[in-house]
Amino acid sequence: MSMNNEFKPKIVAFCCNWCSYAGADLAGSSRLQYPADVKIIRVPCSCRVNPMFILRAFEKGADGVIMCGCHPGDCHYSTGNYYARRRMTLLFSMLEYLGIENGRTRVEWVSAAEGVKFSTTMNEFVDKIRSLGENVRLGDLRCKD
Amino acid sequence: MQRIGVFVCHCGSNIAATVDVKKVVEIISQEPSVVHCEDYQYMCSEAGQAKILDAVKEKNLSGIVVCSCSPRMHEGTFRKAAERAGLNPYMVEIANIREHCSWIHKDMEEATEKAVILARAAIAKVNLNAPLFPGESRVTKRALVIGGGIAGIQTALDIADAGYEVDIVEKTPSIGGRMSQLDKTFPTLDCSACILTPKMVEAAAHEKINIYTYSEVDKVTGFVGDFTVDIRKKARSVDMDKCTGCGVCQEKCPSKKTPSEFNRGLNNRSAIYTPFAQAIPNVPVIDRDACIKFKTGKCGLCEKVCQAGAINYDQVDEIVTEKYGAIVVATGFDTIKLDNYDEYAYNQSKDVITSLELERVMNAAGPTKGHLERLSDGKHPEHIVFVQCVGSRCNDNRGKSYCSKICCMYTAKHAMLIRDKYPDVKVTVFYIDVRTPGKNFDEFYRRAVEEYGVNYIKGQVGKVAPQPDGSLLVQASDLLDNKQIKMKADMVVLATAIEPEASVRGIATMLTASIDTNNFLTESHAKLRPVESPTAGIFLSGVCQGPKDIPETVAQAGAAAVKAIGLLAKDKLLTNPCTAKSDELLCNGCSVCANVCPYGAISYEVVQVNDHGIREDRRVARVNNALCQGCGACTVACPSGAMDLQGFSNRQIIAEVDAICR
Amino acid sequence: MSHGANKADKIKEISGVNPLKCMKCGKCSATCPAFDEMDIKPHQFVSYVVNDDIEALASSKSLWKCLSCFACIERCPRSVQPGKLIDAARQLVVREKGADYLKADEIPELLDEELPQQLLVSAFRRYRR
Repeated sequence: MSMNNEFKPKIVAFCCNWCSYAGADLAGSSRLQYPADVKIIRVPCSCRVNPMFILRAFEKGADGVIMCGCHPGDCHYSTGNYYARRRMTLLFSMLEYLGIENGRTRVEWVSAAEGVKFSTTMNEFVDKIRSLGENVRLGDLRCKD
Repeated sequence: MQRIGVFVCHCGSNIAATVDVKKVVEIISQEPSVVHCEDYQYMCSEAGQAKILDAVKEKNLSGIVVCSCSPRMHEGTFRKAAERAGLNPYMVEIANIREHCSWIHKDMEEATEKAVILARAAIAKVNLNAPLFPGESRVTKRALVIGGGIAGIQTALDIADAGYEVDIVEKTPSIGGRMSQLDKTFPTLDCSACILTPKMVEAAAHEKINIYTYSEVDKVTGFVGDFTVDIRKKARSVDMDKCTGCGVCQEKCPSKKTPSEFNRGLNNRSAIYTPFAQAIPNVPVIDRDACIKFKTGKCGLCEKVCQAGAINYDQVDEIVTEKYGAIVVATGFDTIKLDNYDEYAYNQSKDVITSLELERVMNAAGPTKGHLERLSDGKHPEHIVFVQCVGSRCNDNRGKSYCSKICCMYTAKHAMLIRDKYPDVKVTVFYIDVRTPGKNFDEFYRRAVEEYGVNYIKGQVGKVAPQPDGSLLVQASDLLDNKQIKMKADMVVLATAIEPEASVRGIATMLTASIDTNNFLTESHAKLRPVESPTAGIFLSGVCQGPKDIPETVAQAGAAAVKAIGLLAKDKLLTNPCTAKSDELLCNGCSVCANVCPYGAISYEVVQVNDHGIREDRRVARVNNALCQGCGACTVACPSGAMDLQGFSNRQIIAEVDAICR
Repeated sequence: MSHGANKADKIKEISGVNPLKCMKCGKCSATCPAFDEMDIKPHQFVSYVVNDDIEALASSKSLWKCLSCFACIERCPRSVQPGKLIDAARQLVVREKGADYLKADEIPELLDEELPQQLLVSAFRRYRR
């Protein structure tokens, strides 16, 4: 493996507008550090996250994808995160079947008041991805520069 | 290709201290489709917004990216600026380089690199943005207040005085809430009932206020301006219109062994009861779990003695469906359970009570008729020990992490009242800190010490042990003397932590209003929007949002009312234009989208389409923009890719993914 | 010898306790059954660790008077759990038993006619490296 200490994972985080994006904002205003490898994409609800987006991220060379939503039962749109949970469960088991390590994908429920949880989750996730190393299985070589 | 202008904000040093703003401008200027890029100290300022206006005019921009704070802060500001410049407001995207970048990273190089990537993602999105136009929805000019305590009553009165109809839903048989249980109020020692009852009467008599007591919210649908709520009026078993409130039924009722909720279980009530004498409405309810008639079929005494013929055993729960424009949550609080605090012997001795129980003991209408006496044997106490911070300020798994805020003051009040009425009783207060920030609060506490001779000891109680002689042995520390104290007491009063009323969880879920780990409802902004829930149209009043005393609760209740009035005063609301949209040519009419839609916003119609020259009739999905809230569940469920979400389209999100992984 | 900072860190590491969580309520001292026997009281233990004054702790009577009944651990509202700090300080002292506590020059002073020879040998073994 061409891995060295300088490995900087590319991590995409999908955050729903109402809970987890606000949780990430709270982590920010509370100055809770987490690695810069995490880049957040704002979506209205976790149920807006099409599995296609996650596959696309891996194809384009992402090393990990995390999706955050409101806690089950607290979804701003009542039921969105239940759909998201089912979709992700299916997608993740399919990815595992394809030989993609389970740790590269994660779902976490973060409320608007949980800045601390957001930051610890991101720290954990980045550590995990660092230990797993570069995503070589799903990356599409044609997408590389 | 869009003509995009990028504006990078320094936010004073908030961003510029960790992100090399000039370098971001330098790199972003090279991006294709970026025709203008500049940085400025404060983009949100008048001068910053003027820069956007100028650039739109000079460079004929079609899209704008602002790299600044969270879109939750200033997206609205920049959209308005774009509108002033003649652009569609939805051609603006924010790259959040403050909360998600400069504030959480220390390394400048890393943070700058990330800021560039976030900017690129926003640029990629704007490239695919299309102008959007909000629709309109109507506002139902009626408000719902959940909870009939002082917070709910005050909010309802304020809204009603502004001329709008208000319904109060209260789950107990009477309005009044916790304040009706209190004896006196700090720092003026007003009698609580004397100042509350007039408010209760005013609310009940107000022509714009309609009160549902012994009722609960069952179901909430809809959205800001147009909520539909099912209210369950629980079967009272007493006809509200016929009952005269004479009270004979309560006197005659043979089942008198149910702990009184109002008196915190310190004495018993009958199965047919009104919680307290000044109850509004003054109509009793039958507690069916305790009633002999309901349990065995025999009895029926209340029916026989009721002159008005108001008793009705066949009453059933009734569901009332109403429409509201705004909902105010005022569900209040309860004290925490003390089952995990064995060291205070609360469950072992009747003489260890909570402060709320002491309120009932001190109250003339309470279980002891206002005489201070030990609940175990009715003896007059010689020494009372108060323990502060029981379950507050804990980070173990037994208590609450927050300060309950009211305990220091009510303990000073109790101590003072006892010393005033019974100068022979010795009063000791164990405190960790005495917190008295409030008008005339510290003066009040000092009076307790200086004028009333209450003995304040800095230290916590470690153990309360009931003794064979009926007294209580209190073991505590005196930190200023560096001693361990063992003293005998006749009563111990625990300043028990408060927590949100248990039912608030279910209510928050129904309202999709967010709630924190302590079950307090979350406000939209901790400083600037303290009485609004992040969910539009939901407002917060009283302790459901965080610990408060009565003046603060009343102030917040008024504030929540004003926010609700502000909403109700509008005839129409602009709706979020980021709604789902179906492509007729791709839709195969399978109904999957309609099944996942939580708002019933999707219907089907048969339209004639022209598919590559072939005209045919097809069943296609149609989204009702007034109902769609833009969650996007349908877009992912759609198997043919016909459904897309405006403002968060598949192509836009993929473009963001691509930009981040570039 | 002042390994103060190191020792305080060591105590935090062994006990897994963050003494900065303490809100100085004194419930530990209120609950301690050995309070009267102690020279440094349980709540003071926490501030001694915060202030890096480990030497004083190590030589205190309290270290060996603590019963390890865990009442303070059970009841501490802030999960500071002074009992664990005391345990850790004890550990630290025990671990240092390998250092030269008994110097050869000091032995004549300690000698006593009635002292069994064997005690001297075993003490020498235990307290000298």
